Amino acid sequence: MKVLIPKSKPAKGAVGKTGLWRTSKPVVNHNKCIKCVICWAFCPETTILRFEDNSVDIDYEYCKGCGVCANECPVNAIEMVED
Amino acid sequence: MTSIKQLPYEEYFLAGNGSCPGCGLTIGLRNVLKALGKNVYMVVPASCSSVVQSPFPNSSATVPLLNTPFAASAAAASGMVRALKIMGKDAVVMVWAGDGGTFDIGLATVSGAAERNEDLLYICYDNEAYMNTGGHRSSATPLGTFTGTTPTGKRENKKNVPLIMAAHGIPYVATASIAFVTDLYDKIMKAKDMKGFRYIQIYSPCTPGWLLPTEKSVESAKLAVQTGIYPLFEIEGGIFKISAPSKAYLKKEKRKPLHDYFKIQGRFKHLKEEHIKLIEQWIDQMNEEYAALDGKKIF
Repeated sequence: MKVLIPKSKPAKGAVGKTGLWRTSKPVVNHNKCIKCVICWAFCPETTILRFEDNSVDIDYEYCKGCGVCANECPVNAIEMVED
Repeated sequence: MTSIKQLPYEEYFLAGNGSCPGCGLTIGLRNVLKALGKNVYMVVPASCSSVVQSPFPNSSATVPLLNTPFAASAAAASGMVRALKIMGKDAVVMVWAGDGGTFDIGLATVSGAAERNEDLLYICYDNEAYMNTGGHRSSATPLGTFTGTTPTGKRENKKNVPLIMAAHGIPYVATASIAFVTDLYDKIMKAKDMKGFRYIQIYSPCTPGWLLPTEKSVESAKLAVQTGIYPLFEIEGGIFKISAPSKAYLKKEKRKPLHDYFKIQGRFKHLKEEHIKLIEQWIDQMNEEYAALDGKKIF
């Protein structure tokens, strides 16, 4: 007899491509960015990608466009633009 | 103290989960799991977190996670701790529960586990109401707050669960905030290496429940500390200590005006000047009491 165990497996995008929920998207101005990675620490969605040199980029596939990164950026290097 | 740049790169909670935009819970959970690492077993009672993980057969959590009924989380975790001990595994068992599952429904099992001093880390993310089921009042909802079941504002004040937990004589109790991630990270790192029941309460804004613009979730958590409405402290071995982010705001003249905190949240929009005065009195009294306790052994 086969027993089914209700066990979920880890997967990215478990509820689908959450980028579709977005109405506006954050755009990083790399000239203004001071590489403080505050946006990365506060991103609720893990969609701010932090690189070795502390520069950041955004994973638009899953970014829900909440705007926390733009609001918390100390030098206003992230701008929310209509998507 | 850790700086933001020293936080680890590894992520244990994946993108594309079911949380609302700007969710405070996921900011907290991400950073808590960064501190705990891979060697953790999570127990989650019915709460937003059980939804945020996403539906079967996928899960956004990359660590083992057990979903339990509302009141059973601390009891299930106690069993898990003992099972791991028999299996000879050395790992942290963490309960990640909401304020409803801690302050109200789960309090009996939480208190039971604390009394037995079970070796587990209990984390309550406090969004000040039953947000998953539509925002009903809980005993964590502060005075005057609008919720689905208190349309004219709540008449009672918030229950002080951290002090109730400390009265159990457990080794570590702390309050933290998602707006001060490094302070939160340090507290988790400290609690991780301890033995016995450890209780941490994380202030975690809920954007739809608090009628809060999605981008303001971290800002409002920051203001909660700066206005003195949510002081951060730790009680280690019975000794009460105000944490660094809250230290400056114990004095009334240093605190930011309460209006700044109230005006960005729709749940406080109905408050009149006299109500705000009443809440202000409560904040003054609470901060005075905490300032007097600072550095003293209270339990």
